[in-house]
Amino acid sequence: MILPPVIQKRTSMFTTEIILQTLISGLLMGCVYALVAVGLCLIWGLMEIVNFAHGQFMMLAMFMTFWMYTLLGVDPLFSLPLGAVLLFLIGIATYFFIIKGILYTTFLAQIFATFGLGVFLHSMAQFLWTANYRSIQNPLIAGRIAAGKIFIGFPHLAAAVMCVIGFIFLYWFINKTEIGLALQAASEDREAASLMGINSNRIFAMGWGIGSACVGVAGVLLSNFFYIFPEVGFTFALIAYVAVALGGFGSIPGSFIAGVFIGLVEALGGLFIDPAFKYFSVYVLYLAVVFIRPQGLWGRY
Amino acid sequence: MRTGKILLVLFLAMGLCAMLGTPANAQPKEIVIGGIWPLTGPSAPTGVECVQGAKLAMEIINGKFDLNLPLARTEGLPRLGGAKVKILFADHQNIPDKAMGEAERLITQEKVSSLMGCYISAVTAPASQAAERRKIPFLDADAIAPTLIKRGFKYFFRVTQDDEIWFRDFMWTRFIPDIIRKKGGKVQNVAVLHENTLWGVDAARYGSEYAKKHGFNVVTQIAYPARSTSLISEVQKLKMVEKQTDMLLQASYTADGILFMKTFHEMDYNPPLIFNDGGYREPAFLEALGKKSDYILQRDEFSVDMGERKLLVKQVNDLYKKRFGVDLNTNSARNFMGVIILADAINRAGSTDPEAIRLALLATKIPPEQSICSWEGIEFDPNSGQNIKAVSLMLQVHDGRWRLVWPFDIAVKELVYPLPKWSERK
Repeated sequence: MILPPVIQKRTSMFTTEIILQTLISGLLMGCVYALVAVGLCLIWGLMEIVNFAHGQFMMLAMFMTFWMYTLLGVDPLFSLPLGAVLLFLIGIATYFFIIKGILYTTFLAQIFATFGLGVFLHSMAQFLWTANYRSIQNPLIAGRIAAGKIFIGFPHLAAAVMCVIGFIFLYWFINKTEIGLALQAASEDREAASLMGINSNRIFAMGWGIGSACVGVAGVLLSNFFYIFPEVGFTFALIAYVAVALGGFGSIPGSFIAGVFIGLVEALGGLFIDPAFKYFSVYVLYLAVVFIRPQGLWGRY
Repeated sequence: MRTGKILLVLFLAMGLCAMLGTPANAQPKEIVIGGIWPLTGPSAPTGVECVQGAKLAMEIINGKFDLNLPLARTEGLPRLGGAKVKILFADHQNIPDKAMGEAERLITQEKVSSLMGCYISAVTAPASQAAERRKIPFLDADAIAPTLIKRGFKYFFRVTQDDEIWFRDFMWTRFIPDIIRKKGGKVQNVAVLHENTLWGVDAARYGSEYAKKHGFNVVTQIAYPARSTSLISEVQKLKMVEKQTDMLLQASYTADGILFMKTFHEMDYNPPLIFNDGGYREPAFLEALGKKSDYILQRDEFSVDMGERKLLVKQVNDLYKKRFGVDLNTNSARNFMGVIILADAINRAGSTDPEAIRLALLATKIPPEQSICSWEGIEFDPNSGQNIKAVSLMLQVHDGRWRLVWPFDIAVKELVYPLPKWSERK
C-alpha cells in the first residue's frame, strides 16, 4: 500500500487509548458496512446483477424507521422486524417488476434498470419528504458505555451486534436450509438447477428479498445514530460496492470480512494519515486488490 | 386580395397604436430588478427564504408603511414619479452555467435595471460576471466567498460580511477578548476542523491565518470530507490535543455538523468553546440534534432576538410572519435589506440608467437604525464594492434555539462559557 508522507509530527500523542478507541469504533462501524455489503453480494452472486439502487433501499428503510418513530412512536428497536419484512417485499417486487424482464438482456440494460430505479427512489423521497435532514431524537438504545477512557456508543454496539447476528443467521440460512441450498445451486448454474426442478424465478425473487432485507436491517440500525435524508444511501452503497469487490464477487463471508476491514482502514487510515484521506486509504486498498487479485480476496471467479 | 392587405395593415397599425398608447396614459412606470436564486435543487429551501425576504421588501416599497426604512413611507419610488418596483425571479438550480444564462436573459430580454443573487458563491461568480460584462449593477446580499470582491469588478456590490473580514476584524480582536474580559478563562490554543471544499477551506485558511497574526496558536487543523459515513478518526485526532485545546473553530455544514455533535457526545470530546462559521442556519440542524446542540456558537447577521431592543426588527418580522408564516432569518433578512438598498439607490439615481445606479450605490449611506441586520450601517468601498459597515452577531444555542449572546450590550441571553462537559449535562 502506498502511503503519502505522514503529516503528524508529534507521534507521542498516539496514546494507547486513542488507538484502541479508533480500533473499536472502526470495527463497530465496519460491521454495519458489512451487512450492507452482504445484501449486495447475495444478489450479485445469485444472478450477476449489481443492484445500483441498493443505497436507496437502505434510505427507504431509514425513512420508514423515522416515520414509524415520529408518527406512531415506535422505537427503531421494534421497527427492526418491520424494516426487514418491508425491504424483503420491496426486493421481491423489484425482482418481479423490473429484474425479471431484463434477466437475459445486455449488461448495460441491467445497469440502467437498477440505476434508474435508484434515481427514481431518491427523487421520490425528495419529493415526498423534502431534502431536509432528520434524526431519531431519543431512541431506546442511546447513551454510551465508558470503559476507562474508552467510550463505546450504545447504538453503535447494538448495531454491530445485530449485524453479526444477522450475518450468522444468513450464513446458516444459505448453508443449512433447503431454500438456501437451492439458492446456491441456482447461483452456480442456473440451467442445471432448473433441470433439477428448482424454480429459478422463485429462487431469484427470494435472493432479492433476502438481500434487500439485509440492507433494510442495516438501515434501521443505522437510524439510531445517523442522520436521515434522501441521499443518505449513496456513500454507504459506494462502500458496499468496494466491499463486495474486495471480498470477492459472490462470496458472502468474503464481503462481510471486507466490510469490517473497510471500517477499520477508514478509521485507522484517517487517524494515522489524515482524515481528508480516509477514503483514499480505502480505495488504494481496493485498487491494490483489483490489480493483484481481480476476483477479490475470497472470490470464485 | 388588396382589401385583405389593407385590412392587415390597418389591423397592425391599430395594434401598434395600442402598444404605444399604454405608457402614454401616465400610469407609473415599473422598475424591474432581476433576482436569481436556487428555487429547485438541493438549496431550494434557502432560495425560497431569499425570495420571500425580497418580496416583502418589494411590497413595503410599493405600499405605504410607517417604518423607519428608506422608501417605506411613500408609495413606489418618489423621484421616479412613484414608479413601482417589480422583481423578476429566476432559478439557477445551483448550476453556474444556468445562473449565467438567466442573468443574460434577464438583462437582454427583460431589460432589468439591476440584478440580485445568488446565495451560492460558486454560482454568484459567473452571474455577476455576466452583469459586469453588460455593465449592469449586481447586488450580492448572501454569497460570502472572499474571492468575489477581489475581482476588481465595477458593478458588483456586496452588503453581507465575508469570512476574511470577520476573522480579520472581529473574531480574534473583538469577540474572544470580550468573552475573556467578561467570563475569565483563557483562549490561546485553537483547534481547527473544516470540511474540504471551497467554503470550508477558505474559512479555515482565514480563521487560522488571522488567529496566528493576532497571537493565538493553532494546535491542529483537520480537513474532512463532508459526506462521510463516520467521523471516528476526525474526533480522535481532536481528542489527541484535547487537553491543550481552548476552543474549536469549525466550518461544517448541517449534515456533517449533526454527525459531529453526535460523535463528540459519544466519544466524550469536551472543548471549552465550539464556534461554527455559519453552516448551521438550516432549522434541520436544531431539530435533528435537540439538546445535543446546546451552547454551540455561530456567527450570524440577523436574529429575531434583536427585536427586543430594536422596534424596526420586530415590526418587519411581524409583517413577514403574517405574510409567510415563519420568522425572518439571516437569508430572508439580508435579501430584504438588499432590495431596500437597491431601490434606494435607483430612487436617488432618479433613472434606470445603470451607470447612474452604480454611482448612487457608491454614494449609499444608510444608518444602522434603518437596517434590520446587525450591520453598523451600509456604505460601499469604492474599490471592492464591499459594505464596509457589515458586522456579525454571535448566537448560541440555548434550549434548542439560537439566541443572541454577543455583542453583550444587545444580548438577550447570558453567554455560556466554558461549555459544560457532556457528563455534567442532563
